[in-house]
Amino acid sequence: MSKTVLIADDEPNIVISLEFLLKQAGYRVVVAHDGQEALEAIRRESPDLVLLDVMLPRLSGFDVCQKIRENPDWRDMRVLMLTAKGREVEVSKGLALGADAYITKPFSTQELLAEIATHLGGK
Amino acid sequence: MRPAVRLALWLMALIALLAGLLALAGSFLWADLDATERAALTALVSGRGMLLVVLGVLVLVPFGVLLRQWLVAYPEAVIRLREDVDIIHRAHPEHRVALTGSGDMRRLGEAVNAFAEAHCALQHEVASRIEEANARLEQEKNRLAALMSELSQSVLMCNSEGRILLYNGSACQLLEPHAGGPARAPVGLGRSIFGILDQRLIVHALERIRQRLRQNCQDPAAHFVTARGDYLLRAQMAPLLDHQGEFIGFVLILEDITREVALDSRRDALLQQLTEGTRAGLGNIRAAAETMERFPEMDAGHRLRFGEVISDEAQRLSSHLEQALSRHADLLHPQWLLEDMLATDLLVALQHSFATVGVTARYPSDNDRYPESDESLWLNLDSYSLVQAMTQLMATLADALDIREVTIEVAADGNFARLLIAWEGPAPEPEHLHEWEQRPFRSVAEGPAAASLREVLESHGGEIWCQGDTVAGYSRLCLQLPATRSEAEVPVPARTPGRPVYYDFDLFNQPGQSTELDERPLRELTYTVFDTETTGLAPSEGDEIISIGAVRIVNGRLLMQECFEQLVDPHRPIPRESQLIHGLSPRMLTGQPGIAEVLPLFQRFAEDTVLVAHNAAFDMRFLQLKEAQTGIHFIQPVLDTLLLSALVQPAEGHGLEQIAARLGVKVVGRHTALGDAMVTGHVLLKLIPLLEERGVHTLKQAREASRKSAYAKLEY
Repeated sequence: MSKTVLIADDEPNIVISLEFLLKQAGYRVVVAHDGQEALEAIRRESPDLVLLDVMLPRLSGFDVCQKIRENPDWRDMRVLMLTAKGREVEVSKGLALGADAYITKPFSTQELLAEIATHLGGK
Repeated sequence: MRPAVRLALWLMALIALLAGLLALAGSFLWADLDATERAALTALVSGRGMLLVVLGVLVLVPFGVLLRQWLVAYPEAVIRLREDVDIIHRAHPEHRVALTGSGDMRRLGEAVNAFAEAHCALQHEVASRIEEANARLEQEKNRLAALMSELSQSVLMCNSEGRILLYNGSACQLLEPHAGGPARAPVGLGRSIFGILDQRLIVHALERIRQRLRQNCQDPAAHFVTARGDYLLRAQMAPLLDHQGEFIGFVLILEDITREVALDSRRDALLQQLTEGTRAGLGNIRAAAETMERFPEMDAGHRLRFGEVISDEAQRLSSHLEQALSRHADLLHPQWLLEDMLATDLLVALQHSFATVGVTARYPSDNDRYPESDESLWLNLDSYSLVQAMTQLMATLADALDIREVTIEVAADGNFARLLIAWEGPAPEPEHLHEWEQRPFRSVAEGPAAASLREVLESHGGEIWCQGDTVAGYSRLCLQLPATRSEAEVPVPARTPGRPVYYDFDLFNQPGQSTELDERPLRELTYTVFDTETTGLAPSEGDEIISIGAVRIVNGRLLMQECFEQLVDPHRPIPRESQLIHGLSPRMLTGQPGIAEVLPLFQRFAEDTVLVAHNAAFDMRFLQLKEAQTGIHFIQPVLDTLLLSALVQPAEGHGLEQIAARLGVKVVGRHTALGDAMVTGHVLLKLIPLLEERGVHTLKQAREASRKSAYAKLEY
């Protein structure tokens, strides 16, 4: 069974690229447009990996990450944070909250796919 | 005792002595005689009594003369010598002893004179040394004062208790309290810094300084930032140590960083906008482009959507950049080394400079002055560099194209000023112009900081280009510079006139004013001498204060610079008869702050001081009647110059003018609150020594004596 990846981002312009690329790479893709929706999708779908944007409406990416790590059922879920904020404090906050990687926009899609593959391949 | 009286007394004593001795000798002789001899003697003397008396008096004459001689030679000479020495010692060192009396006394006088001479010379020497030292000190003080007054930073020096010993004009201005603002005291000598700046901040900073001193830190200065109304102040606090390294006070250097902080935060915002604001957009474009690149055979629908993403994001980024740059354009070019200059002034400078390379510059019309110049068109530039660079370019152009005459003008175009230099004939080839722009300046040694016209243009955010009009047969060179129309007329804060720096280092040794004022000598107290003008004489019947004026006396000096003067809107009509006295019309008072706003300021001004007024009972009654309304109580001790004057000269009149005339105080500005307060202050200073002569030294004594005065019974 192919791995499920949740894309939580409110910007359609990035979602379109990520969705296309991940589908082409053979993953099952679910999309959420805000934090609340992301949590619901996580409960519903239990994705193997979440691509989490920090600046989400309603519930921020940090909050979602915190909720994921608070639930022992989702211990194995991989969280990759995507952000347009590149400050060191935010990177360290994301990692401290339990994100597996912290990727700053703009990023290379090639590297992103490689990163996703590494995180999912380990399972 | 007068010499004649003295002589008479001595003579009388001598006569009494002689008469006594003769009488004694006579009575012994008489006792020794027998009856016949006594009879013979009686017969001999009888009828010759007168002769005996005359003989006796004649015998006294030589005695008298001798006595007179002796008196002059010794006791009188001694007395005169003592008086002369007294004069030399106490009053007039140049005075010399008169050489009278016997030879011995004369020699003594000569010795005294020699001593006086030596003493006098010594005194002169000491005086001239002191004068020299004082002059040096004064010079140093003046240098310090000049330095401090030129500092744009505000400087305050305080003793260990936080009392101000020194401040400069800039500090006074920066920390000036505003009506309606927080009730802060103004800056003044002897005032507590805690009334001016937040006490907790200063105590905290002092604590840190003390800690660093204990740790023998190299730089024990502390820094803090505090808000004051709309202003943000940065303070640096450095300790003052005595020769033993003991902490005796501190220096505060304050800077208004409001503008700096605003500029910094705008710069930060711009930087953030340009970095973080573009990350998301760039990420989107990059992801879309890479996806398209990776899957060249994707279907047309997807291809179209990715194309849309790219152009959409690119547009958003462009407008984002545009917005950021237009909002913060002024932040992007350097502000330093540049001066504000009218565009028309730049034209004049260019005209003069072009003449030195043989090019005559004219304005478009034949007038000498530039005709329709936009007087408000300001430029922000380093005029020296720019004029030098343009002159070199002009010289090159003139050589290459044989130009002898140009017209110069300036025109505004949006946010730019365009300088147009036009001449008859062809324009240079663009590549030549580019080459000339890059050409290094000829005399680098004395040239401007930049190395070429291009660098000058870059540092100014300027551009240059040439245009030729072959039909009309003329060409022109355009120099475009950013204009600073709005920011040019930044008002320069008015400098406070008068002596620039105020200090009183004697305050170093002064204990806090709050402790036991009563036992302190009158000379050492800090006073607020005040006066009020009112609508009438009956505060209990609704008369109101319309003006308060006050001056401070610190360490026996009346500080003319530290005064308080405020008109007050009484919110009631002002009787005509009172207007005649104080000259304040309703029109002058409407719009002034009310008493409820003024009293807090005055209370701050008078904090920690003894209040003084002439006929203080009257003024205090007005203040007390406002206590309920304003919640402000004046609890400090009060002295009344009227009562004090009555103590010193009970029999005289005690109107302020009468006292001033008697004590030699010049009266200026009578019946203005500040003018009267100043006169009262000078009167107080003259009264203090007179009170001391009568045994009134401390505040307590002055208050008790005042209470007993005949005038102390007046009530309002």
